[in-house]
Amino acid sequence: MESLKTFFHMGGYALYVWGAYGSVLVMLLAQWFIPWRRWRLYKRERQKLTHE
Amino acid sequence: MWSFLTHLLSPKRFFTVSHQLLPWLIALFILSLSYGLIGGLVLAPKDYLQGDGFRIIYVHAPCAFLSLFIYAVMAVAAVIGLVFRIKLAFLVMRHSMTLGAGFTLLALITGSLWGKPMWGTWWLWDARLTSELILLFLYLGMILFQSAIAQKRQGERATAILVLVGFVDIPIIHYSVYWWNTLHQGATLKLLAPSAIHSSMLYPLLAMTTAFLCYYAIVLFLRVGYDLTATATNHHWLQDHR
Repeated sequence: MESLKTFFHMGGYALYVWGAYGSVLVMLLAQWFIPWRRWRLYKRERQKLTHE
Repeated sequence: MWSFLTHLLSPKRFFTVSHQLLPWLIALFILSLSYGLIGGLVLAPKDYLQGDGFRIIYVHAPCAFLSLFIYAVMAVAAVIGLVFRIKLAFLVMRHSMTLGAGFTLLALITGSLWGKPMWGTWWLWDARLTSELILLFLYLGMILFQSAIAQKRQGERATAILVLVGFVDIPIIHYSVYWWNTLHQGATLKLLAPSAIHSSMLYPLLAMTTAFLCYYAIVLFLRVGYDLTATATNHHWLQDHR
């Protein structure tokens, strides 16, 4: 438990280290998720059109 | 040469190759990211000066590398598109722009988060930082420029020329730490000389760079694939007259 606390504390640099890793995670997810979601919407619209 | 390139870069071949490569790229991405994160955050020892704060290097350096690498890919795609008029090259260029802008923004954000505890400031008008900020503006400018031109083909060609003009910033960013007195350190990884860091810190860094390169390839393949499929399946007015 103590070692986990030390790990997350990052020797007093927690805000900077986790802030950097967090911003990278958010951006990487967004770069993948936004076009994927757009593609899903496009496919749904195409399916609607073909059924009509 | 032209027929060889059109065959090599045809949409059909792109689909075949990307579908074969994607599972391998995803596997390599997961493996290298896992090793890079565990190695960088847990296994690598603390830096003797910066303590645990140096661990930001494992996301900052790959983002900075990708910001330059993607621009180089775009420049090659621009040349191929302009000279051989291959559509796929323009698609690669277009979809790389947003990814490149994302990595450049991340390099600046993570650099700023590293700079505050080490240099005592979030930002300074240093040669490396300023030239990287110019790169971000170049990416954003090209995204806006391409979407502003109504005619697609003209827009692609004009953007390709803009990409080639903006390429002058890439060697400036790379050599800025040698040409000017800056706070930013020199290159950590060198191709032709021994690296400046210990192997226990180096291998996770190489793994993270590999993971980010795989991520770029995966997302680029998916985006170009979506775009090609959408173009191929779009309704055309001629279909009503057949």
